[in-house]
Amino acid sequence: MDKASTSKGGGHSRRPLSPHLQVYRPQLTSVLSILHRMTGVFLASGAAMLCCWLLTAAAGPDYYAWSIWFLTSWAGYALLFIWSFCLFYHLCNGVRHLFWDIGIGFSLRATYNSGALVVGASLGLTGLSWAIGLAVYFSG
Amino acid sequence: MRIETPLARVRGLGSAKEGTEHWWMQRLTAILLVPLGLWFVAEMWLLVMRGADHAALVDWLQGPVAATLLILFSGAMFYHLKLGLQVVIEDYVHHKPKKWALLIGLSLGCLIAGATCVYSIIAIALKG
Repeated sequence: MDKASTSKGGGHSRRPLSPHLQVYRPQLTSVLSILHRMTGVFLASGAAMLCCWLLTAAAGPDYYAWSIWFLTSWAGYALLFIWSFCLFYHLCNGVRHLFWDIGIGFSLRATYNSGALVVGASLGLTGLSWAIGLAVYFSG
Repeated sequence: MRIETPLARVRGLGSAKEGTEHWWMQRLTAILLVPLGLWFVAEMWLLVMRGADHAALVDWLQGPVAATLLILFSGAMFYHLKLGLQVVIEDYVHHKPKKWALLIGLSLGCLIAGATCVYSIIAIALKG
């Protein structure tokens, strides 16, 4: 038997393996699944920023100015926008996962519908959040 | 009947015996983070409206509700973050020394960052 069909962890066991992920055409379900993980990992940098922001605030106005300098730079605004989308996506898809956990929405049709709903909701919430926030900011 | 592979039996590892706790705490923090995450975004926009300067932040955090909710938010977030990234490391990093270095770094990093957030919030809240 060729090497590709031997299990990596099983030593000499000769069970068949499924092909690697790249073989499959991307589907909404698989793309949203990996996006949940990717947004989660990226949100870790946002958590680090929150920590730095609070620490500089506790240290006093002089240090807090560093956080404001960074967050109001172009890179800062870009990061804030991406963080906000990642947060809304991870939150919406997380709720989808919680429904699965209690056994709701497992059919193929429901999975695709909830996936589309999560995409719409996270894009909508990101747009709405920035639209309301910026509108109020510039009017006041 | 044994359902473990021969290699697993030789290594003597068996099940991890702690999967339920990990799974449960990830869900518990997730449930907590849904309302807190939305609250946090709304509060950030309100803070921007008030100029987002140091005085506005101190003023906001000196309310008992805001300080308590932000402590809960940062604590639940760093806990949830630790559980999530732990699985990512376990899934993708197979080189054992590297894996354990990352897992230790993750645990300590989240503990330190979480403690820093809690200290900072209390320090700001009690400064007035």
